[in-house]
Amino acid sequence: MTYLRPSFRHPEQPINELGFTRKDYEGALSTLCAGCGHDSISAAIVQACFELSIAPHKVAKLSGIGCSSKTPTYFLGNSHGFNSVHGRMPSVATGANLANRDLIYVGVSGDGDSASIGMGQFTHAVRRNVNMMYVVENNGCYGLTKGQDSATADVGSASKKGEPNPFEAIDLASIALQLGASFVARSFSGDREQLVPLIKAAISHRGFAFIDVISPCVTFNNNPASTKGYEYVRDHLAATGTVDYVPFKQEISASYAEGESKAVTLHDGSVVQLRKADPELDLNSRRSALRLIKDYRAKEQILTGLLYMDEDSQDLHEIIGTSKTPLQALTEAELCPGQKVLDKLNDSLR
Amino acid sequence: MKPTDVKDPEYFHRVVDCQYACPAHTPVPEYIRLIAAQRYTDAYMVNWESNVFPGVLGRTCDRPCEPACRRGRVEEEPVAICRLKRLAADNKADIQDRLPIIPKKKNGKRIALVGAGPASLTVARDLMPLGYNIDLFDEQPAGGGFMRSQIPAFRLPESVLNEEVDTILHMGVVSHFRHYVDSLKALLEQGDYDAVFVGSGAPMGRDLDISGREAADANIHIGINWLASVAFGHVQTVGRRVLVLGGGNTAMDCCRTARRLGGEDVRVVVRSPFEEMKASPWEKEDAQQEGIPIYDNHVPKAFLVEDGKLVGMRFEKVKAVYEDGKRQLIPTGEPPVDMACDDVLVAIGQQNAFPWIERDIGIEFDQWQLPVVDKDTFQSTLPNVFFGGDAAFGPENVITAVAHGHQAAISIDLFCRGESVTQRPPPGVTLVSQKMGIHEWSYDNQIEDDARYRVPHANLDQALSDRSLEVELGFDAETAFHEAQRCLNCDAQTVFTEKLCIECDACLDICPTSCLSFVVNDDEESTLRQKLRMPANNPDQAIYVSEDLATGRAMVKDENVCLHCGLCAERCPTAAWDMQQFYYSVSKAGEEVQP
Repeated sequence: MTYLRPSFRHPEQPINELGFTRKDYEGALSTLCAGCGHDSISAAIVQACFELSIAPHKVAKLSGIGCSSKTPTYFLGNSHGFNSVHGRMPSVATGANLANRDLIYVGVSGDGDSASIGMGQFTHAVRRNVNMMYVVENNGCYGLTKGQDSATADVGSASKKGEPNPFEAIDLASIALQLGASFVARSFSGDREQLVPLIKAAISHRGFAFIDVISPCVTFNNNPASTKGYEYVRDHLAATGTVDYVPFKQEISASYAEGESKAVTLHDGSVVQLRKADPELDLNSRRSALRLIKDYRAKEQILTGLLYMDEDSQDLHEIIGTSKTPLQALTEAELCPGQKVLDKLNDSLR
Repeated sequence: MKPTDVKDPEYFHRVVDCQYACPAHTPVPEYIRLIAAQRYTDAYMVNWESNVFPGVLGRTCDRPCEPACRRGRVEEEPVAICRLKRLAADNKADIQDRLPIIPKKKNGKRIALVGAGPASLTVARDLMPLGYNIDLFDEQPAGGGFMRSQIPAFRLPESVLNEEVDTILHMGVVSHFRHYVDSLKALLEQGDYDAVFVGSGAPMGRDLDISGREAADANIHIGINWLASVAFGHVQTVGRRVLVLGGGNTAMDCCRTARRLGGEDVRVVVRSPFEEMKASPWEKEDAQQEGIPIYDNHVPKAFLVEDGKLVGMRFEKVKAVYEDGKRQLIPTGEPPVDMACDDVLVAIGQQNAFPWIERDIGIEFDQWQLPVVDKDTFQSTLPNVFFGGDAAFGPENVITAVAHGHQAAISIDLFCRGESVTQRPPPGVTLVSQKMGIHEWSYDNQIEDDARYRVPHANLDQALSDRSLEVELGFDAETAFHEAQRCLNCDAQTVFTEKLCIECDACLDICPTSCLSFVVNDDEESTLRQKLRMPANNPDQAIYVSEDLATGRAMVKDENVCLHCGLCAERCPTAAWDMQQFYYSVSKAGEEVQP
């Protein structure tokens, strides 16, 4: 038998507004270990982009190095892609976004790529509010180099052949909140009902949309002593609530009692509806989110779901007032208007 | 819904759609893989064990397997199963050393077979290796029954038929050809047989009793009799203008034969709409390709006779009207249609006829004068008389007759050993993992994406001028390989082990046809079917439901369009999914009945 995916799909498979099927959003067959959580995240991205009817050529996938960063090959095979240096994806994404603000940027990184080697890069992309979705596929270990503890491994968690981790973990969601990310969520690769609407909301959000996705490493970190295995995560999972993503033009059918639910309208007219599981959560308050993350952690629970969003955030382009036309679409005459314009500008500064 | 019991062999049997649809339950994917591996003799023997006449069936089978083929639901057309079978028959080596050994020492039981068609020959094939003495009676000069008398040589060369009939006769069957059994009573009284099997077919063609029938008798022929006369060389010509009445496969054989005997203007006229004709679509197509028009919605009203000779026929035009699922043919009111002709072939159906069975010997007949026969044991109300083939329940086809023969042979053997005919041996079933190593499975899932390949035909002019020239040329080895690779290997079953599953979703993510779901089970199957990622909308196809898993959900698989690609098992980190080859062989005479 050959490790190949047949080309046939379900004959009744749905078609989106662009006339595409989900197959049009698939990528190459994954070469990750069987059962890797990352593959579920890839599948969720495929599903979300299909449901959003995004034209594949309007998406740029960016990644660094690591198991997570291999995954852009396995989804959106008809989109643009850039596999950068280890930990340097945020800079490349920032540059690409500045050059062409019209594309949708999907950054995929891992706990090593973002919380270790690329930590400095990550923080600056967050504080600049680069308009992109930034997904960290977080398995708490360096799977590609045989499962050493990563910077996101919890204190006391042990991988398959490892000792309990003695160091404090970096919580990327909390850091993103502190540095000004305008959309922060956490999810679990094994919970596609939660993950797909979160990805849709993150893609539709204008500004830096961060999703920390716990994604078990079946090969090195899916043992009973690990806090990032399927079993542990399922047993300790809590959610801020249920997220529905309602695209623009579609009527909101569900109605919830005041206080239990919150509807947030995004800049493109679509609505993110959160049915709260914890009334304490204030979706517009960073402090609320940070406190809840800590509270649940103290109860040995992992709080997932949408944690924070600022639907009125200003992204990098708005903050620095760039041209509405993407830079890459400007002509040489527009980019270099000549000595006269320079002289005029210089005069204005005297 | 209750978890699926995959220990019940019928569950996975149903998943192998082709095998399940085949009356004889031939293990189709198994022999298709052998054909792809160019192991033609092995492929032939898999067939021979099951359907006895692979060469005949590879040309003439009604192919119930093909409409059932999963490939036809995944894309447009099924695998050309039938014609692949023919390739195996055409390319096999000598099979003599693979045939069952016939014991020299007989078991002392004597069996009579009435009729030498596929049902009787199958009974002989199953009972001869067990040591029975068998006498075979047929009125025709050679064996084969309607395979010989009604299937024209341009569809089934005589040499192919002879070879497969002779394989059985050479087992030591004592054949009595040109011997019409005219009294079952006499056969039973004088023959001293332990059991008699009646496989005499449905030998009476229906007539059309309308105005002018008697006067035009000389030029009106009953289709099946006429075909038999052609087969045995009694008829060699036909008129220039021929009308063939009827819409079944016999009508198609009649019209194509008439074209070869000098008919230039041959037309098929049928009462029903074209789409509802009983003939197989490919047979209609073949007739049309030979320049034979089909006039549908025409009801025959009269034979037109002038000077005591047939000159034509009159038809009334009708249209089909459907009410409560019943069809009625309503006259359109248009003027009648006259068609000139020299000969008419009537192929409007055939009936059973048992003038040779006395009604007072203990065999009960029903209101349609059909014998009362048990549908599982094929035993009549006279315990030592068994029926099979068309003689049992009316006209069917070769493969059904073979299936009857196998079952009747089991009954006869049980009966002769003094055991109950209702306690039958169970089917032989194996289910074996195909995993050999990492990324290694012992079957080829690299299926061909191509559309169904067409079988090449002989040049039309040549075919029409030679009655015995086979029209279909058969696949060459390379085309057959590609066609065989279209098979999805539906017998490579997806077997799920609940306790190993960690619900990582890897199988869901990889499944090309989205047939897997983890959902909370439901009491109602119909509700559960709608809860799946892709709703399971084909009620004829089972859903495979696991026990509840750790999260309280169950794994539910819709079998409908599973490609059996094995990717779920390939991507499963814990081997909760495994690809296991399912082999199902129908029980045979002589096998042990387990408690």
